[in-house]
Parts: sequence; C-alpha cells; structure tokens
Amino acid sequence: MTEEDLKRIVLKALTDVAPDIDPETVEPDTKFRDQFDFDSMDFLNLVIALHKATGVDIPEADYPRLSSLDDAVRYLQEKGAIGA
Amino acid sequence: MPSLGSDMEAGTLVEWLVKPGDAVRRGDIIAVVETQKGAIEIEVFQDGVVEEFLVPEGTRVPVGTPLALIDGDAGRAGDRAPAPNKTPSPAAQPKPQPVVQPQPAGAFRASPAARNLAGSLGVDLTGLKGTGPDGAIVASDVERAAGTAKAPPRTRSRGVEMQGAIAAAMERSKREIPHYYLSGAVPLEPALDWMERRNATRAAPDRLLAGVLFIKAVALALRDFPEFNGVWEQGEFRPSAAIHTGVAISLRDGGLVAPALHDADRKGLDALMAEFRDLVTRARTGKLRSSELSDSTVTITSMGEAGIDAVFPIIYPPQVAIIGFGSIVTRPWETNGGVGLTRLTTLSVAGDHRVSNGHRGARFLNAVRERLQHPEAL
Repeated sequence: MTEEDLKRIVLKALTDVAPDIDPETVEPDTKFRDQFDFDSMDFLNLVIALHKATGVDIPEADYPRLSSLDDAVRYLQEKGAIGA
Repeated sequence: MPSLGSDMEAGTLVEWLVKPGDAVRRGDIIAVVETQKGAIEIEVFQDGVVEEFLVPEGTRVPVGTPLALIDGDAGRAGDRAPAPNKTPSPAAQPKPQPVVQPQPAGAFRASPAARNLAGSLGVDLTGLKGTGPDGAIVASDVERAAGTAKAPPRTRSRGVEMQGAIAAAMERSKREIPHYYLSGAVPLEPALDWMERRNATRAAPDRLLAGVLFIKAVALALRDFPEFNGVWEQGEFRPSAAIHTGVAISLRDGGLVAPALHDADRKGLDALMAEFRDLVTRARTGKLRSSELSDSTVTITSMGEAGIDAVFPIIYPPQVAIIGFGSIVTRPWETNGGVGLTRLTTLSVAGDHRVSNGHRGARFLNAVRERLQHPEAL
C-alpha cells in the first residue's frame, strides 16, 4: 500500500469516527488530541475503524504510536497494511 | 391558592390561622401555605366573616383553587365555587380566584402563568379566546396562539438551543438543590492492570475503557445507597428501583449531553462497554433516543484525559446526585510503609442535601472506591 493510500484510509476512518472533522484541515504531523477534541473513546473507535479498513490489529500498548496522521500512516506501513 | 411566582403550579395549605365565624379585615393573615419558596403567609383581600374552609390543612392544591368562603361585601367572595381539583393536570387551570391578587375590574381573565407566557412569547391577550374555567385564558391558549401567529422562524442553531437547555437546567439546579461535595482518591493499579491484561488478549471492538469500570462500580454501589439514585419531584424524593446511569458526553462543538445507560448495574462489563461505545457514537453524531434523554436516575461525569484532578459537578435536576471522576494520574502513594507511585483518580460526589448528607455520601464514595479495587467482580 502506498503512503497516499494509507493516508486516505486513515483520514476516512477519522471522519467516520468524527464526521464534523474536515479532512482538508487535518495537520499531518500534529497530534490528533491537540488538533481537535479527541478522547480515548474516539481513539478506540479509530483503532476499530483502522482494523476494519486495513486488517491491522493495533494492541493497546501501541496506541501512542498512532497519535498523529503521519505517525498512524508510518505504523500501518510497518505492520503491512492490506487495504480493503 | 395564590400564585407566588410564574412557575408555581400548586401549594400546600399548611395551617389555617382563623376559624369559621371569625371576622377578618383586608390584609389580615389567614393561612400559611407551603410552596417551593418556603412557607408563605397569605392575606385576605377584603373584610368579612369566615364562613367555611374549602381545603383542609395539609392539602396540596393547584394555584387558583378556592381555599375558603368569606361572607363579605363583594359578590366575588360570595361565589359558590366548584370543589377544588385534587388531581391537578398541567393543562387545565381552575378558575383563578387569587386571595392576594384580585383581578382588576374589566380585565380579561388570564392565569398568571398565561400572562407570563404571553409576555415572553409576545402574544397579545386581548381578544384571545380562553379555554379555562369561565373563559379564563390559560397557558395552553397562549401556546396555541403563539403557534398560529406569524412569528419569525427560529434561526438559532442546534448548538445554541442545547446550550440554552443546559443553562436552564444548571440555573435551576443551583437555585433549587442544596449541594454538598465530597471527594476521595481512588487507587487504580489493580483495576487498570486487570483491564490492560484483559485488553491485550482481545481485538479492539472487545476492549474496555476505564470509564466503563467507573460506571459499573457506581451502578453496583448505588444498590446499597438508594438516596443517590432517583428524582426529587413535587416536594419529595422518589427513589428509583432501576439504576439508569446518565453519562456526561462532551460534543466537539462544545455541547454536552448526558444520556442514560439503562440498568447499568445488571449488565456485564462487555455488554455495558458495547452499549457505552454505541451511546457515545450516537451522541456525537446526533442520534440519541428520547428514553435515553429522559430516564437517567443519576449522572456520572469524567474528566477523561483533560489533566484535571477533580471535578465539582452540578446535579442535573430532577436527579439528586452526580458522581465525578478526575483524570487518571500517577501520584505518590503510601506503599508498604514507604512511598511508591500509583495511578489514581479523584472521585467526587455531589449530593442533594434534602435527600442525603455527608455521612451517607462518604459511605457511598467508599463503596465505589472499594468496588474499583476488585475489577474482576465488576
């Protein structure tokens, strides 16, 4: 999967979880929590959506590694994401 | 029964201060009435002789109900009014015969609530057809008139409407509910440890969040502390057999809702977590159900990851308690006679002092804390 594909997937998962977030305004290297009100429930929902979209199961211990868009893309690449 | 405020619907006749046969003069205090605003002495509006009491002491009657017959000069006092309505319905208002506020001659008859509503909705009462007793204009007549009138469409956004509703509720809470507050630190290592080990063996959709442990612990503890679970309505506490925990959910636009998780004490953690996650998702996408918005018997609020030690929450009327959890932080803690570190949350309880007190609150808080030390039993 290309970086662009993964970026698109993460953004889609993000806006599915929080429909009020405009994907155009997401800063790729700023933490989600700092850009918009994103709490542990939102994050869990994001993890679930990413699992569905990429097949990658993200254990709790790895959550801090997905704190921004760029970080999330990097992590999914590393774990061999397979797109839907 | 006089109207002592635009929101007053009924009062209790506590004590007669005169007896039949007594002569009274305008302004004499003849009875004591109990309302939300406390005990009020009511004055007779004209001279005369007390003929007959129509309402016995201790009876609660709607505003406008005739309380006594006074044989005096004015024709109004001699009216043989119908018997007081003992089961008031909100829509119907009996013939207004206020003891304190007589109607000026020539004015249309309208209940005080209708007058107030007309004022705030901008409805002209003159010429309005009244459907109350003897053609009196009542609140529902005003509402109907406002609905058919060519009023400008409401352009306030949903967010502003919600903020207005929250404002009204919080204002009422602070006006009516005598709050007391307690807080205590709850060590969470055993609970979080247990949860993390459990989550590590499960796919994401089956994982728990600390919040659901909090909800379950509170719900279970409430079984033994009924004075924190129920509503205060019409001057008394009505405990609830069922435990429907309202959970405060922040919305990204700054709004706040606290929909109910029904029967939270009776559900296993996994089922409760699934419902909790679904509830938050629907709250944040605007798809809540009316029963979720009306059924809470208590509310739980959590500061999540906001870095806040403790919250001093405001009870959501007509509930009688609210339980708060501060952010989970790592702090020094007494461990084996020395100092170690532990993750903990500061649990706070706000109670309605008409229903519970600090001693019971302390025992309740301790019960919640104790349950969070045994996560496998949640």
